[in-house]
Amino acid sequence: MTTPNAIARAASPANPAAAQRAARTTVPAVDVFEDAGGITLLADMPGVPRDQLELRLDGDALVIDGAMAPLAPEGLQPLWAEIDSPHFRRTFTLSRELDTARIEANLKDGVLTLRIPKQAHAQPRRIPVNTP
Amino acid sequence: MVQAMLSTPHALFDQIDRLQREITSAFAAEGLPSGIRSVAAGTLPAINVGRTASSVEVYAFAPGLDAARIDVTLDRGVLRIAGEREPFAPGADAHTQVYARERVSGRFARALSLPDDVDPAKVSATYVDGVLRVSVGLRESAQPQRIAVQ
Repeated sequence: MTTPNAIARAASPANPAAAQRAARTTVPAVDVFEDAGGITLLADMPGVPRDQLELRLDGDALVIDGAMAPLAPEGLQPLWAEIDSPHFRRTFTLSRELDTARIEANLKDGVLTLRIPKQAHAQPRRIPVNTP
Repeated sequence: MVQAMLSTPHALFDQIDRLQREITSAFAAEGLPSGIRSVAAGTLPAINVGRTASSVEVYAFAPGLDAARIDVTLDRGVLRIAGEREPFAPGADAHTQVYARERVSGRFARALSLPDDVDPAKVSATYVDGVLRVSVGLRESAQPQRIAVQ
């Protein structure tokens, strides 16, 4: 878990290497859908194996963090790079009606699928009107 | 937009955030590649190219594809990668709302010209974790060799 202090330290000019590492992340493209039961989020994270993917909740922030497995063979000289950071990161703020304890995550072929269900009491329901 | 602004402060900041992103992308044209087959960033797939002593390595970042339906061809020094990504269907629920659709879907093709010294007989392609790696060997004559001193 990263504390605000650690973030401030990492971004301070006294530690330029860490600041650069923190700044250079690739933002994964996402699709976000909401239906009555919850939110479905898809994120493109090519090259990220399951053991390099980290999902964490920090207060109401959901942080998606992943690193590509090293791809390059020994002695590779880069000629052209459209993705220049092997590190993916994106943060989403979750609202309170979402049930963070029941998030389901699935990673396949570099696509992360997250299902964030709503709290049972937050799901829309019909209130029956009783006749006396 | 006015409706969104009235609802919650969160929504207001989201709108400003998006506006800022749109402005950034609209003015980012100066840094774009000038090659005739190169395309703007944000397209599918992004490509990285590197070179070792014995091969040229092409990495195409194309997550969520069916490996059997990726088409890789090498014709007269032009490597072409084509395929199709099915759009994600979020279910037939009438109440489904779409908040973000950043992931590109549909048919795509990208082509890049390889150096003249590649050997078209030595091509291999693998697809792991959404990354297509095409390795094209260099001709023997183009590889660095040690010259024995008599």
